[in-house]
Amino acid sequence: MRESDIHINRVDWVTVLIYFLLVMIGWFNIYAAVYDGQAEKSIFDFSINSGKQLVWIGTAIMLITIIMVADPRFFENLSLYIYLVFLALLVITPFVGKEVNGQTLTIGFGDFRIQPGEFAKFATGLALAKVMERPTFDLSKKNYQLIAFGVLLLPVILILLQPDTGTAMVYFALLLMFYREGLPSIYYILGFGLTAVVLLALGIENNLFLAGAIVLVVVALIFLGKRTWQRIVAFSLIGLGLIALIYSIDFVVSKLPEHQQNRVMVLFNPNLDPLGVGWNVTQSKIAIGSGGLLGKGYLEGTQTKFDFVPEQHTDFIFCTLGEEFGWVGSLVVISLFVALLYRLVIMAERQKTRFTRIYGYSVVSIILFHFMVNIAMTIGLFPVVGIPLPFFSYGGSSLWSFTVLLFIFIKMDSSRATQLGRLG
Amino acid sequence: MKDQRPVVILIFIFLVSIVLLVKLFMIQVVDDSFMKRAESNAIQRIVDHPYRGLVKDRNGKLLVFNNPIFDVMIVPKEFKVGDTARFCELFKISKEQFIESYTAARKYSSVKPSTLIKQFSTMDFARIQDFLVDYPGLFITTRSVRSYPNATAGHALGYIGEISAGQLERDTLKYYAQGDYVGLSGLERYYENDLRGKKGVKYKMVNVRGVDKGPFKDGEYDTASVAGKNITSTIDMDLQLYGEMLMAGKTGSVVAIEPKTGEILAMISAPNYDPNGLTGAEFSKNYRKLNNDPSMPLFNRPIMAMYPPGSIFKIVQSLIGLQDGILFPETTFACNKSLVACHNHPSPVNLFGAIRNSCNPYYHQAFRMLINREVSSNTFKDTQIGLDAWREKVMKFGLGSALGVDMPNEKKGSIPSSQYYDRVYGAGHWKYSTIYSLSIGQGELMVTPLQMANLSAIFANKGYYYTPHLIKEVDGDPTQIPAKYQVKHEVGIDAHHFNLIQDAMAEAIYGTAARAVLKDITIAGKTGTAQNPHGEDHSVFFAFAPKEDPKIAIAVYVENAGWGGRAAASTASLMIEKYIRGSITRPALEEYVLAGNFIY
Repeated sequence: MRESDIHINRVDWVTVLIYFLLVMIGWFNIYAAVYDGQAEKSIFDFSINSGKQLVWIGTAIMLITIIMVADPRFFENLSLYIYLVFLALLVITPFVGKEVNGQTLTIGFGDFRIQPGEFAKFATGLALAKVMERPTFDLSKKNYQLIAFGVLLLPVILILLQPDTGTAMVYFALLLMFYREGLPSIYYILGFGLTAVVLLALGIENNLFLAGAIVLVVVALIFLGKRTWQRIVAFSLIGLGLIALIYSIDFVVSKLPEHQQNRVMVLFNPNLDPLGVGWNVTQSKIAIGSGGLLGKGYLEGTQTKFDFVPEQHTDFIFCTLGEEFGWVGSLVVISLFVALLYRLVIMAERQKTRFTRIYGYSVVSIILFHFMVNIAMTIGLFPVVGIPLPFFSYGGSSLWSFTVLLFIFIKMDSSRATQLGRLG
Repeated sequence: MKDQRPVVILIFIFLVSIVLLVKLFMIQVVDDSFMKRAESNAIQRIVDHPYRGLVKDRNGKLLVFNNPIFDVMIVPKEFKVGDTARFCELFKISKEQFIESYTAARKYSSVKPSTLIKQFSTMDFARIQDFLVDYPGLFITTRSVRSYPNATAGHALGYIGEISAGQLERDTLKYYAQGDYVGLSGLERYYENDLRGKKGVKYKMVNVRGVDKGPFKDGEYDTASVAGKNITSTIDMDLQLYGEMLMAGKTGSVVAIEPKTGEILAMISAPNYDPNGLTGAEFSKNYRKLNNDPSMPLFNRPIMAMYPPGSIFKIVQSLIGLQDGILFPETTFACNKSLVACHNHPSPVNLFGAIRNSCNPYYHQAFRMLINREVSSNTFKDTQIGLDAWREKVMKFGLGSALGVDMPNEKKGSIPSSQYYDRVYGAGHWKYSTIYSLSIGQGELMVTPLQMANLSAIFANKGYYYTPHLIKEVDGDPTQIPAKYQVKHEVGIDAHHFNLIQDAMAEAIYGTAARAVLKDITIAGKTGTAQNPHGEDHSVFFAFAPKEDPKIAIAVYVENAGWGGRAAASTASLMIEKYIRGSITRPALEEYVLAGNFIY
């Protein structure tokens, strides 16, 4: 009997069930997004996206089968090689890939194309797990931090060259996993603090108010604490740095490519250009908002039918759900994602090796980021970033990469009893 | 501390979800404005195409106007055909055609409009208007096509057509969209930016069932289209039409210029075509036909055909000689036929006689003096220096480079340089005896009919010209025409040298072109016969009139029509009379030209 067969009972079926629920709901929504009452094409019709998605789902199931029967140590032992292979693919993509809208994201032949940037996510997760698994690896130390960030940033740089800012951003989600593995909190506090200042600087028209507020805070901090000259100098410098930052932001924003600039500005004022850059978000909000509490009913949506929302079967798939199933539908799907993420955190915590735990948290980080950012952008809480909703959005690369990402972890989890405990 | 981190992560996940759900609750349940907006949400973006500017002739007669045509548009989702056969009958299209257009429209979008049937005329539109209400999802858009009331000056006016993929790519300002019409040749292309106007956009709200709900936000985002500017051409339509009539059935060019301004009065390329064929639905069919026609009706001869100038060039030689102090009115040479062939005339001749009699040996000898000025003791070197200095002077007459007329694809012609002969014969292997044909306007010299007419204008003006152009006014304002057409070009010859030339030209037509002589109007002209190795010689004549106060300078080329004194001189003379007098007093000459039997 092969080793892998023994663990079939140990597979976390709850996770698998949630996965299939999300994939099926996604599939129905893709059909709704392309549905045309007069055409009377069935959901299985291969000439429309829902039919094609069915093919992707079928092949995803084949991938799942392969992963489940594979040797559990396969991914662990080969993790660095898998990482290098995908790095190599990312390097060659700009040269052999197909250019669409100025981006070269996919490689392959004819209709069979994959997007290495999507798959490199799980490869990076595996590589980080491999690099960081040693007990001596301590993220509170500078040299280890350098190694971890090096592994993380390599694919990011390559993806930025394609250029695909959205996908590159996803990799920073792994900072969540770094947090679990002990990267000092001060980084996160500083990070959130700076983000808050940047957002305020962008959101508040008059920078003088913000600068004034910072001066007040600095003065207050100096007077409330011990008035040693070191503290005074340190706080003053920080305050001056922040003010410089505020004034430089407008400059930096003005140097961004125009479409990115607009995406940021529309976030603060969606009515800035309702027929141009704001179009996507405005239309998406109208579609979701018109769904009400219970929605208009399956295939009864009007907004998503009339092609008002661009990319509605890929990045804006959540609109169809929001319109046809209302807030209750949104609640169900968001709950499924929360349940999945909760389940994955629990699974990651019960791992006996640091390798599988790190990989588990990588899965959590990536799915959480996609879920959070994708839905947030459809309701105008986040700038429009072209990243898909996991398991939901139409497209082979997206579905496959999330399936592989998730099931490698499910496989690792199912064979955890056979691993020697290396965790303290 | 570390053990709390999984809990922090879980809290973060819950917080994010709660933020999302709260925001969703706000827009889905609390705020019902989205529901209302969805009700009236179909915003259609409708491009408002401006009227293209009209083109008038110098007397305000209409050359080009816009004719409305109607496209039947379809929104496939709303469209119900019912009985297909009846539909096809009503709309006069075949069933295959209908299925093809309908499938294409569906494929494009089921909810966005696309064209079902292109270009109904006003009459067809009136017929189908009543049936339209029976077919939801169909509507009419109006466009206009160019129309030419007198079917004249096709080459000069040019035509418009759908923008090509390449042009779209080069349109960095992103003004054009696929399917837009742009000027593709002639004035339509040159003054595209003036003629096209500015597109407008209307945003219309349509509810979910496609019912018009009026302008979006009261038209806050709409922009009105701005009609294109009308332009006035320098062309005299009556003269142009008359010239086209005279040139019918022949091959060649007529270019008439007002010498004082450089305004082109008529520009005829024969054979020509009816510009009305290159509009609307029939464009591609007719274009292909014209393009494949062996007589090349699309070829714009006045600016694209090149011929050796022949005897006419002798005047340029005379002027350079006079200006440089090499020739004088009394300079005399024998008509030595051993140098180059000539016809019989009294010999020897002075400069006046040489022009009047078009004496070849005279210019063979005079040109040698122009070229070999013994600047260098090496005769090869001397010829080279002399030729290049001479070429520079010739080019000031607007020869050897494109004049810059307001039409695309103007040819340069050719004035050979020393580099040219170096390439052909090798440096130091050619001298005067190699290039002497230039003296009588043969050899490697090439000029376009437009350059020839301009040359005539220079002689009329006694030494200057304005770049020939077809634009007179933009939007009724003569100062809006390109600045380059308001610049006076001096050719570097003193005005008094032209007196002898003008006198000789006026005298010459009595000898070589007696048919051209006109009572009461003194024509100064010169015949030429451009040698054609492929068949009969080309008949060439250029002239200006009246000699005392020139109103028109003209060059006429009639291909394969033999001697310049017949076809070309007669045509030019009739054109001059038509322009100056407005009518023709010599019906016999007109008949002679119309009959077109010039070889006998």
